[in-house]
Amino acid sequence: MSTDAKSPILEVRDLGVEFFVDGEWFPAAQDVSYDVRPGEVLAIVGESGSGKTQTSMSLLGLLPTNGRASGSARLAGRELLGLSHKQLSKVRGKDVAVIFQEPMTALNPVYTIGFQIVETLRVHFDISPKAARAKAIELLRMVDLPDPEKSVDKYPHQLSGGQRQRAMIAQALACEPKLLIADEPTTALDVTVQAEILKLMRDLRHRVDAGIILITHDMGVVADLSDRVMVMKSGRVVEAGTADEVFNRPQHAYTRQLLAAVPHLGSMSTPATVAEAGSVVEPVETTPAGELALEANGLVIEYPARGRVPAFRAIKGLDLHIGKGEVVGLVGESGSGKTTVGRAAVGLLPVADGSLKVNGVEMAGIKPKALRAVRQDVSIVFQDPGSSLNPRLPIGESIGEPLKLHRVAEGADLNKRVEALLDHVQLPRAMRNRYPHELSGGQRQRVGIARALALEPRLLIADEPTSALDVSVQARVLELFQELQREYGFACLFISHDLAVVEILSRRIAVMSKGDLVEVGPREQILHHPREDYTRRLLAAVPVPDPAEQKLRREERDRLLATV
Amino acid sequence: MSTVQTDSVENAIELKEVEGLSQGRIVLRRFLRHRGAMASIIVLAAIVLLVTTSIGWGPVPGWWQHGFRDLSPVANAGGAPTMGFGDGGFSFGAHPFGQDNIGRDVFAMVMRGTQQSLTVMVVIGFFATLIGVVLGALSGYFRGRSDNIIMRFTDMVITIPVIMIGAILGILVGGASAWSLAIALSLVTWTTMARLVRAQFLALRELEFVDAARVAGASSFRIMFKHILPNAIGVIIVNATLLMASAILLETALSFLGFGIRQPEVSLGTLINEYQAAFSTRPWLFWWPGVFIVTIALCVNFIGDGLRDAFDPRQRRIPTARALAKADAKKAAKALKANA
Repeated sequence: MSTDAKSPILEVRDLGVEFFVDGEWFPAAQDVSYDVRPGEVLAIVGESGSGKTQTSMSLLGLLPTNGRASGSARLAGRELLGLSHKQLSKVRGKDVAVIFQEPMTALNPVYTIGFQIVETLRVHFDISPKAARAKAIELLRMVDLPDPEKSVDKYPHQLSGGQRQRAMIAQALACEPKLLIADEPTTALDVTVQAEILKLMRDLRHRVDAGIILITHDMGVVADLSDRVMVMKSGRVVEAGTADEVFNRPQHAYTRQLLAAVPHLGSMSTPATVAEAGSVVEPVETTPAGELALEANGLVIEYPARGRVPAFRAIKGLDLHIGKGEVVGLVGESGSGKTTVGRAAVGLLPVADGSLKVNGVEMAGIKPKALRAVRQDVSIVFQDPGSSLNPRLPIGESIGEPLKLHRVAEGADLNKRVEALLDHVQLPRAMRNRYPHELSGGQRQRVGIARALALEPRLLIADEPTSALDVSVQARVLELFQELQREYGFACLFISHDLAVVEILSRRIAVMSKGDLVEVGPREQILHHPREDYTRRLLAAVPVPDPAEQKLRREERDRLLATV
Repeated sequence: MSTVQTDSVENAIELKEVEGLSQGRIVLRRFLRHRGAMASIIVLAAIVLLVTTSIGWGPVPGWWQHGFRDLSPVANAGGAPTMGFGDGGFSFGAHPFGQDNIGRDVFAMVMRGTQQSLTVMVVIGFFATLIGVVLGALSGYFRGRSDNIIMRFTDMVITIPVIMIGAILGILVGGASAWSLAIALSLVTWTTMARLVRAQFLALRELEFVDAARVAGASSFRIMFKHILPNAIGVIIVNATLLMASAILLETALSFLGFGIRQPEVSLGTLINEYQAAFSTRPWLFWWPGVFIVTIALCVNFIGDGLRDAFDPRQRRIPTARALAKADAKKAAKALKANA
């Protein structure tokens, strides 16, 4: 067994992936070589478009129709490339299993999770339905799904995001694969859920003794889980080594750049800052003095009843104050209602009860005409740069729309203003005639920011503006955001699930959970001396891009959860 | 500006195909590559050209010597087509499609009938689309009460058989002209379009760019027609072509039953109706209008098909073996150059 464990389960040599576009082959990846040994986690890291997913999917023959792979990939001595579909389908699921990014779309919504696991089992093994079901329950128990006897008959929509991901892992492990490919397994999940899934995967790798390929762009996840790391850029491997080597002694400039771009929780503030200010942390002003850009008192927001679905109270009496020119970070898990607050502030959702004042104007029961005036001074940057720009409008027109609609500028003046805005967000002026689909995610988000700043608002709502972006792109967009904030001096409600991002931007942080404000306070206090358990759990779940530190944090988290 | 340079690397390969093109240009390019649709456009254009120039349109005279109501002496026995291989090669003769029992020229009648049918097709296509889009847009955008009212009304129109409403409307206005018949039929054929447009609006109104426009201060009218409608145009165009294909068949069916266009005016449907009894003795009277109906309906369907493929962003052409070989040769040449 000991000598067996040393020999690689997967040997990839000179793997290349090409795509046929418009009469030419374009390489998506070239000369990729690596080994995976049983019980080992190899992390493939890179930005989107670096070819990390395509190289792994080519092993299973899951490339799009216009793609092809070259080179060699041997699974336990057997060549995978060039196998027919029939041969491959025997390999898929049995010898090689995949955990996909989005558990909601990767599980079939019309079948129970039990059915889907049983199906996988019965395709590959000669096994009775009853035995398969017993095995499925056993698998669900292995992935710590609560109450496996009942969960086995549940449909995907009856499970939470984390539970769905667990069910998918159970399905992937059903046939005891030799190789497990995890394609961004935690990207779609909340930090706290992510921490749990990572813990599960760490436990499982020792139990099932499979080789794991972890594809991700999150250095924190890499630090948490991987033994060896391979960094890819533009289809080529730029660096490979053990996790320790790559994190502590990166050789390639790109690796260093990638590591530097990751927001590191605790990098902007030290516990000392609070200590210096006085040992008494108590006098925390939750209300900034002077003029307020946003003032919420007992704010209640409801999604109205529709048909038989009763009204849902998304925000239950929230008090939040943002001073003029102040940046406040709002963090919480998905479903905590943080986006709802942001949308209410720009008048996209009505106030059900309580009071919400934006730049001094009451938003509760506001008339459409007054709302129009309010919107001259408040603006929003949306989360998804892909859907927040009209695909049929050139971006120059999107940026100029607020100016045109509020009759601020027209004709040549409008052109000049749009160009100035493009300059401000560091996009070339020539881009104004391009369409959104021609732009990268980072560029689109810059356009979104330019549009939001067109009317020079006094309050800006930023609704997770960087969560859909790559780390390195995120770093640049955040930098730009800070610059613009200094220049324009707008007040900002920065909504994010990423504590490390919020830490960089805001002096004050508010933590939300289930429609309620859990804790508000200065950055240092929230990050280093949180008063609420919820905040503590949230903080402990954030992975840090440093294997040694992450190990400490992990143990600390386990202790914290044990005490609760 | 180095930031911009590095930014654009992401998803570069997928963008190779669409570099520097607007959405409209991309769709057009994909459409032009669709062989079936391109062939259909050519055939349809040829038919339209033939139909409009041969016997003329309205006051404009054509180059064909017979009018569709003219009676001339029967040339061949029984009025058989004069077109064919006679002595010395192919010739059209005086009545290429033949004549009916009283000596009317079938070619002229088919031309006239096709004119009428095409008019009906285009007018229905336009008005039914217009009604469907407006009602669907209002319903999908405003939801709630207006949606309920419009959709119940739509359901009501759907439950009554089109052929029955068409027949009643046809009797009331049909005798007048192809135009009035077409407008009457538009009033019952807009339902599918309304439902599809409503579904599109319901989906699109939830996207963030609609919220962005609302925050920017856009009115409901502007959001509906400037922001949402252009994004639904694919579905609308495709459905409009399919609607037109079914419109021509509907008109023919109604005219065949005697509810549509009536004597002395002719349409392809009335021609078939009039001569159904002559099928065994003078088949040309029946075949020629039939050929035109089928060809036009087929062409329009193919064009709709091509449009649907062109508007589908997931549509990827599977490259031909020849294109692949060419690309391989190109790649080899490049490698050789790099090595040299």
